Amino acid sequence: MELLMASGIGVMMAGGIYLVLRPRSFDVVLGLTLISYAVNLFIFSMGRLTVGGAPIVTEGSADKLATLADPLPQALVLTAIVIGFAMTALLLVLAVRQHAAGGNDLIDAPAPRETAPLDRPDVG
Amino acid sequence: MNHAPIVPVILPALVAALMLIDRRIGSQRALAWLSAVLVAGCAVWMLTLAADGWRSVYLVGNWAAPWGIVLVADRLSVLMVALTSLLALITLATVQSGWDRRGEHFHPLMQIQLMGLNGAFLTGDLFNLFVFFEALLIASYGLLVHGDGSERIRAGLTTVTLNLVGSALFLIAASLLYGVTGTLNFADLALRVAQLDSAGVTLAHTGALLLLTVFCLKAAILPLGFWLPGTYGPAGPAVAAFFAVMTKVGIYAVLRLFTLVFGASAGALAEVAFPWIVAPAAAGYLLAMTCALAGTDLRKLASVLVMASAAFLLIGIGRASEASIAAAVYYLPHTTLSAAALFLVAGLVVRSRGERAGDRLVAGPAPLSPALVGGLFFLSAVAVAGMPPFGGFIGKAMLLLAILPDDGLPGTIGTIGWLWFIILAGSLLGLIALARAGSTLFWKSDGPAAPDAGSISWRDALPAAITLAVIAALAIGSAPLQRYAQATAQDLLQTDALIDDVLTTVPRPGPHQPSPQTYR
Repeated sequence: MELLMASGIGVMMAGGIYLVLRPRSFDVVLGLTLISYAVNLFIFSMGRLTVGGAPIVTEGSADKLATLADPLPQALVLTAIVIGFAMTALLLVLAVRQHAAGGNDLIDAPAPRETAPLDRPDVG
Repeated sequence: MNHAPIVPVILPALVAALMLIDRRIGSQRALAWLSAVLVAGCAVWMLTLAADGWRSVYLVGNWAAPWGIVLVADRLSVLMVALTSLLALITLATVQSGWDRRGEHFHPLMQIQLMGLNGAFLTGDLFNLFVFFEALLIASYGLLVHGDGSERIRAGLTTVTLNLVGSALFLIAASLLYGVTGTLNFADLALRVAQLDSAGVTLAHTGALLLLTVFCLKAAILPLGFWLPGTYGPAGPAVAAFFAVMTKVGIYAVLRLFTLVFGASAGALAEVAFPWIVAPAAAGYLLAMTCALAGTDLRKLASVLVMASAAFLLIGIGRASEASIAAAVYYLPHTTLSAAALFLVAGLVVRSRGERAGDRLVAGPAPLSPALVGGLFFLSAVAVAGMPPFGGFIGKAMLLLAILPDDGLPGTIGTIGWLWFIILAGSLLGLIALARAGSTLFWKSDGPAAPDAGSISWRDALPAAITLAVIAALAIGSAPLQRYAQATAQDLLQTDALIDDVLTTVPRPGPHQPSPQTYR
């Protein structure tokens, strides 16, 4: 399981970084989503990996403390998911607005007034 | 229990929600003033208490640290909260002229940002620092694109992307530290980090330096700061003035975390970040000042000067002696307010020269009300450049003295010579850039005033004038501020009292809290 988690996180992070470095805003949004998935899994794994462990201590579970899952990283992941969701939504709004205003979704393109709009080669 | 520390966080959050019920601009403005004045009053009250050594550990939800969330109001955080609320008042006074009507939700966004800033300064644990960072950033994106303009959207997209990558690194670092120590509370982290085994030390070391990277990204230090001019430049002047405190959140986080958690008593990880700070900060200072020479408009110039001021503060923090940290703490309010003043003046320049020339540093139509705008520019330029009679001069002199070898720091004459050279040469470059900007804007005109130019009345100029008056007051009240900075530096370097305070604060007895129990 450790190998699966580690390589899963690594592959997602690598894909995310590749996409973030692309020049189009759609790719960047996808890349950031992948990165946040990888980060969320990483936070989980920092609470140690357990299978089937409950995060809540109840009356009868005091003797099973060793197999208990750490509840704190789960709470952290929940917060991180909510924040990441809001940020992605905001980023999408900005990307759509930029597309509407500038006619392209290139991230580092100069502002429209400085460039001839039609004969730009397609970067991407 | 004194409830003052929670007010600067919870009041703006409540007010922001209330503003969405009644969206008329008049009531939004009234609520915004109410919240900003109350928060400022609370901050000033805490400031007077903290000047006498008061410190408050506020247990949110009445759970003892490190299980619950704590807010810690000490000298440094209260100073930052006071500075933030002052800037909020100045920004509110500026947007009264109609800027807040150019788009929806200016005031709620500003309140959320105020909450995020104050929360980041007051929080006592790492994860809430992350949450408040995100809260203030998401509000700042809204403020950044407020009033539209495709250049702003473009700038917003880049900034959001960069900061999201930064947030991912922050989460990785925070969870690494949690993974090896089992806690996120600063005070508890400070104790646990010192007791790590060698495997834990390696991971915590990685986490610490990742955090340093994130904070330097927020503070816009050399290799990570190139987003800043493109972001602050296109933002509205009032918004940019408020943003002047945003890079200081990064500075604050470095100062807090790397003195408290990874400070002198952190065992194998003692002062782990400081060797990495000074060289990039010094190089960044010189580079930012060189960029200032090439500034194409006044707002871009002010933006790179914000980068320079953050770098200057980090030189002081990175030297990590009591005198150098005191110099940085002393310099911080001054430089934040001066940058805000310069942004406000840039807004006035745009109005008095018309939209075509704006604040671009080329010969353009003659500005209207040149004496008023020029005078304000002159004063704020003197303040930003760190010239006497303003306090920036004292701050720079304090830092120059603090790097001298007789304060017992390891350092060859070579590095001291380099730092002196960089600080003095950088300041000279900034001075030249500001002088060039002023002479181009006010003395080189190629014709009569532009048709869309507006004359500047004293009411338009009032926010900038008030900012300059506060800067002057800081210079006049230099001695108390200097004592405050000195005491803050002592607090920061002697962490035991703070750690004790946080971990021994007892929850109030109540129906669900039968017996008071603490961690230690």
